[in-house]
Amino acid sequence: MNNILEVKELSTSFFTKFGEIKAVDKISFTLEEGEVIAIVGESGSGKSVASMSIMGLVDTGGKIVNGQILFNGKDVVGLKEKEMEKIRGSEISMIFQDPMTCLNPVFTIGSQMEESLKLHFKEMTKAQRHEKIINMLDMVGIANPEQRAKQYPHELSGGMRQRVMIAMSLLCNPKLLIADEPTTALDVTIQAQIIDLMRNIKEEFNTAIILITHDLGVVASIADKVMVMYCGEVVESAEVRKLYYESKHPYTWGLLKALPRLDMKDNELQPIPGSTPDLLLEHEGCNFFERCEYAMECCRKAKPPVFEAGEAHKVKCWRYHPDFKEDI
Amino acid sequence: MNTILSVKNLKKYFPIKREGKFFGVKHDVLKAVDDVSFDIYEGETLGLVGESGCGKTTLGRTIMRLYDPTGGKIIFKGDDITELDQKQLHPYRKDMHMIFQDPYASLNPRMTVSEIIMESMINDTALSASQRKEKVLELLDLVGLNSDHATRFPHEFSGGQRQRVGIARSLAANPKFIVCDEPISALDVSIQAQVVNLLKDLQKRLGLTYLFIAHDLSMVQYISDRVGVMYLGRMVELASSEELYKSPLHPYTTALMSAVPVPDPDKERQKRRIIVEGEVPSPINPPSGCAFNTRCPRATDKCRGVAPSFTEVTPNHFVACHLFDNEKKEEKIQ
Repeated sequence: MNNILEVKELSTSFFTKFGEIKAVDKISFTLEEGEVIAIVGESGSGKSVASMSIMGLVDTGGKIVNGQILFNGKDVVGLKEKEMEKIRGSEISMIFQDPMTCLNPVFTIGSQMEESLKLHFKEMTKAQRHEKIINMLDMVGIANPEQRAKQYPHELSGGMRQRVMIAMSLLCNPKLLIADEPTTALDVTIQAQIIDLMRNIKEEFNTAIILITHDLGVVASIADKVMVMYCGEVVESAEVRKLYYESKHPYTWGLLKALPRLDMKDNELQPIPGSTPDLLLEHEGCNFFERCEYAMECCRKAKPPVFEAGEAHKVKCWRYHPDFKEDI
Repeated sequence: MNTILSVKNLKKYFPIKREGKFFGVKHDVLKAVDDVSFDIYEGETLGLVGESGCGKTTLGRTIMRLYDPTGGKIIFKGDDITELDQKQLHPYRKDMHMIFQDPYASLNPRMTVSEIIMESMINDTALSASQRKEKVLELLDLVGLNSDHATRFPHEFSGGQRQRVGIARSLAANPKFIVCDEPISALDVSIQAQVVNLLKDLQKRLGLTYLFIAHDLSMVQYISDRVGVMYLGRMVELASSEELYKSPLHPYTTALMSAVPVPDPDKERQKRRIIVEGEVPSPINPPSGCAFNTRCPRATDKCRGVAPSFTEVTPNHFVACHLFDNEKKEEKIQ
């Protein structure tokens, strides 16, 4: 299978008047066609910045300081805005968390969708564009697409708007879809509908998906690979079953233990003590050191490198150093 | 078990003005809470779940008498507080308190933590200034903060810490009953567990009673003794949390349960998910009959015409659904 996306040692920093914040710190991953990779992490872990870096949409004050993003073998870091515009929206597209703020309230759904077709397929006639829009709205499960296309965003419900966003992002047959918390603003029954839709998209169009979320339940239902991020770093990455059943990093353990589960009775919740450290303060050791119950002396002194903990299973924790022995 | 709060046929309607088609104003009613009845027992946690717009927050606020109910009765510790005016409510305010969803918006940014907490004690004239200060420190300790935090302002805290301050404030007047309105929704997963465990711990130590409102079914199931499920202003099912998970009766509850993704890839992929079609209808013109009939896979003509009553099908398991009408009748004969 072809690697559609290859991210190598990507670092994105924000430069504030208080100093540099390493929002994304040397993350690497590859993504094949039709594969779903989930980036999991708490707020401030850098998962959104990572996706924005791939889209070339890092906010002012932020900059990609290191690394490569190979999309179809071509490095997109440092591309001119004009060139990036050709890729963005047609080959890589994005769905955001809050569909209301992403849709323009003063244009109809149809005219907003038409915009990206006009930009990327200049040879299309008006009738062709219209047909394509209606087909796409129909595909994402919107009833009466003809009428809906003439409506304004405020006339639709939250779930419906998210469907429109998905339809819009798929119009130009993108090879990569980045979904940034696509279901967080939705109710569970609607969330189930959207997850189902995303699964169909993956199968039908063979689109690669980067799913950014904090919900480990959503990840379990759709992802092939998972990366767990903490303070800008990927602390663990593995195939989805391995991550849930043979997770290695203490932070991943903590996340899984902190979740209440409907399928298990009386699982006592074990919160992770403390809160995420201030990213402005540079510290030498592991970022998770202060909250980790397995912390050792070396964890305070040096940042752990990436260790292989099995096939395609990477962990950033000193416990997986070849010389590590469990103290009893 | 003693009943601490009893809600009977509670209704809260909001009038809505809309422009008429040609002239004048059209008056509509939004039935946010429609005919809800339940009891809360002393020392228990009653969870309240439902999707956004189902009226769970309005119900919580109406019980607190932050809204004036349109109909029905609220009986707190044996006294009917439905008709009392705000002044007459004063003695009851001490016993019931609230924790809000957004720890960023519910704390006054211009007050220090100790001022925020002390404000709840203003009415307690028996306490001297120094006793109050002492109590603030006690409360901070109770919720896992320390005395250094007392002089700080809310912006200096993280979300989880702010929610702890909110909890300390609600405990300041020694309440018996606390309405927790989505207390953890704005927090990160690892912090959610901290706050929920703190609430559980406080309940054990202080003998509190909670009405825990949330949309996260798995969290509600974890913290609650009994769970009520709401849909479009009505309560559709009420049972112990174990029972509700093991044998949900109402088709809406079943769908809601199956829609919650479980953090277990194998289970999640084998699971046959019941996907309810469509969206929640508008509460301004709710469907006739059972409110869920537009999305229910098992709806019949009866469901479209007649609203089901909220009745006890098996002991302590209440449901409002026509599917269980027969079982109800059989029980009556017995």
